[in-house]
Amino acid sequence: MKIKDVAEILQGEILCCEEQADREVQAACGSDMMSDVLAYVKDQALLITGLCNPQVIRTAVMMDMICIAFVRGKEPTAEMIELARAKGITIIRTPRRMFSACGLLYSAGLKSGK
Amino acid sequence: MSALHLEFDVAGDNFLSAGSATDRVKNELRKLGVSSADIRRVAISMYEGEINMVIHAGGGKAIVDIYVDKSVVKLIDHGKGIKDIELAMKPGYSTANEEIRNLGFGAGMGLPNMKKYADELIIESEVGKGTTVTMIVNFS
Repeated sequence: MKIKDVAEILQGEILCCEEQADREVQAACGSDMMSDVLAYVKDQALLITGLCNPQVIRTAVMMDMICIAFVRGKEPTAEMIELARAKGITIIRTPRRMFSACGLLYSAGLKSGK
Repeated sequence: MSALHLEFDVAGDNFLSAGSATDRVKNELRKLGVSSADIRRVAISMYEGEINMVIHAGGGKAIVDIYVDKSVVKLIDHGKGIKDIELAMKPGYSTANEEIRNLGFGAGMGLPNMKKYADELIIESEVGKGTTVTMIVNFS
């Protein structure tokens, strides 16, 4: 599905890099533990997380992810958004909680990846 | 002689900038045409090391040499050192406090991740003096 579909399904708001909302994501990873993201992510382009600090953006950069969805209405700081914009990572904010966000995306066809 | 030699000061008190040295290295590797799989192995192992220096050692220095066939990343800190390296290598073992865990790290995965992604990991540490971590990634 496309990034804009992710935002729509999660009833979320795109906070930066909206210009790449037509890019495809095939698989996602949901985690609040960045070390686990570093350990397990392979080709998942979307990170779904309730953790909200600059290292979430850094972690996504390291793993070549293109989109981060912050669940539970977490509000990224201006610095985080600036970093994400500089790195070409779309940020979505959604009021959905982790379990339902993952469930909705999974039901809509998004996979967990390898 | 290495094709590229880079040195960075890793600030110990700036959680926002942690990872910026790794980011620079990642970009340089891409410019040199290193494969994305190899870049990722260098990036993950160095980033975990950088985070470790920030959260455990009050920062340090990163020295990176990129050769045609490998990268050598050396992370040097003057922090409190590692008492029992074997124990520290155990997945899940961590001395990180609650604050660090709240930041998404400190799950005891840092050193295991570094070992997993680097072809060679050498840890030299002296309690009270500091730690030097050397990671070699051979390019495929």
